[in-house]
Amino acid sequence: MDYLYYPGCSLKSTGRPYDESIRAVFQALGLNLTEVEDWNCCGATAYMAVNELKAYALASRNLALSERQGTANDPKARPEVVVPCAACYLVLCKAQRYLAESNGNAQKIRDALKVGGLKYKGKVKIRHPLDIFVNAVGLDTIKARVTKPLQGLRVASYYGCQIIRPYATFDDQTNPQSMDRLVEALGGEPVDWPLKTRCCGGSLTGTIEEVGLRLSYILLREAKKRGADVVITACPLCQFNLECYQDRMSQRFEEPVELPVAFFTQLMGMAFGLPENELGLQRLFVPLRPAVAAQEGGQHVHA
Amino acid sequence: MNVWTGERKIKYESELDPTFGKRIAELYGGENLHQCIQCGTCSSTCPLTIYMDFTPRRLVAMTREGFRDEVLQSKTIWLCASCYSCTVDCPKKIKITELMYAFKQMAIDEGVYPKRFATPVMAHEFFKIVRRWGRSNEGILITLMFLKTNPFKLLKQALLGWNLLRRGRMGLKIESIKRRNELKPILDAVEKA
Repeated sequence: MDYLYYPGCSLKSTGRPYDESIRAVFQALGLNLTEVEDWNCCGATAYMAVNELKAYALASRNLALSERQGTANDPKARPEVVVPCAACYLVLCKAQRYLAESNGNAQKIRDALKVGGLKYKGKVKIRHPLDIFVNAVGLDTIKARVTKPLQGLRVASYYGCQIIRPYATFDDQTNPQSMDRLVEALGGEPVDWPLKTRCCGGSLTGTIEEVGLRLSYILLREAKKRGADVVITACPLCQFNLECYQDRMSQRFEEPVELPVAFFTQLMGMAFGLPENELGLQRLFVPLRPAVAAQEGGQHVHA
Repeated sequence: MNVWTGERKIKYESELDPTFGKRIAELYGGENLHQCIQCGTCSSTCPLTIYMDFTPRRLVAMTREGFRDEVLQSKTIWLCASCYSCTVDCPKKIKITELMYAFKQMAIDEGVYPKRFATPVMAHEFFKIVRRWGRSNEGILITLMFLKTNPFKLLKQALLGWNLLRRGRMGLKIESIKRRNELKPILDAVEKA
């Protein structure tokens, strides 16, 4: 199966391990990823706050480029584009719906695209990699690919906000399950953790730190309390907030907060036995290897 | 001792903007504004309510009644992290997150956002970077934001920046699209439309 790939800006910087592990895992599953040529910023939350129409125009250029590239050889093709960043996923889905509605603004965006020599007919399907693994590849195929099961590893799956809200195209909005089932297929043990869709603070951690830190800390403390060995995420900003600010959380809340926070695709790669440097494991602030190694070859010993 | 200064805490109806609610309801996402039953589900599901000057429920009520200035100058709209909990849980299907976006855009257009409050400053810097390069550059964005709000905090960020840099999670080179001459006319055309 061939997919188009829209990494987004974060996956080129702070979310680089997400980009690397996605490419490695897709390859291991025999799926082909081709980057959307000359993609631009999706129009993200911050852009939306300043000018809505321009944010939609940015998103629409990406959709138009994807459509052109995906239908180049077969005009009837319905190209699928893989969008791993939660914010990009939401914005592209939102723009897709916005353009499909017959309102005056949608026409303005179509006209603007035309000025740039582009058009969009609505043929592209936007998919999150989690959706692809669980619903297109299937958990049985994934299970069969596992060479190093994550035996005894207790994993808290963090879905965050924007891959399931507000559109919920592939999972439940309040109690999503797909990542938990994926963890089981990898041989791990899902942790029952009700905060799995509570907000991490998003960009507030960078703008109003005292507020953002508290939101992330609440999540980590509860995950720890419930015995998680690792938290996995499907969003570059969630991962960044939960992992890279742990020293500040420990300081502010006077409690040691140290818990590996990885991208779910990194954990998949480990279970597939892929080389660590292909998964960007060396780029994590809190190493993942010791948590996984502690469980290998035996059951988790409850302290 | 409190000294009475003659200030009123309550507005006269004539001081409100009676068209504000109607104008908001006409925007994309504002369609169900007048269906609000003031149940407070939004305020209880929002993880940021406790930091807000007005809760989301109150902001909706104020919008309908025409408290335009108070709504646009509130900190509430800049605390919304776009988690969409309120939108999903609202029994009357009011797209509260979209309302927050509309308020943010109006506050920026009119220049009434809280000065030196980092969220609108970041939004604005982000906008400028993407307009120029077609892609966001996280390192530059954060640096500009702190320079314009609280330069002292930049020092605190230096260690985090270094930790990201040595792990290859932040680059020093500017990310840009190739065909900037294709993107710019698209954005300009939207502006003129």
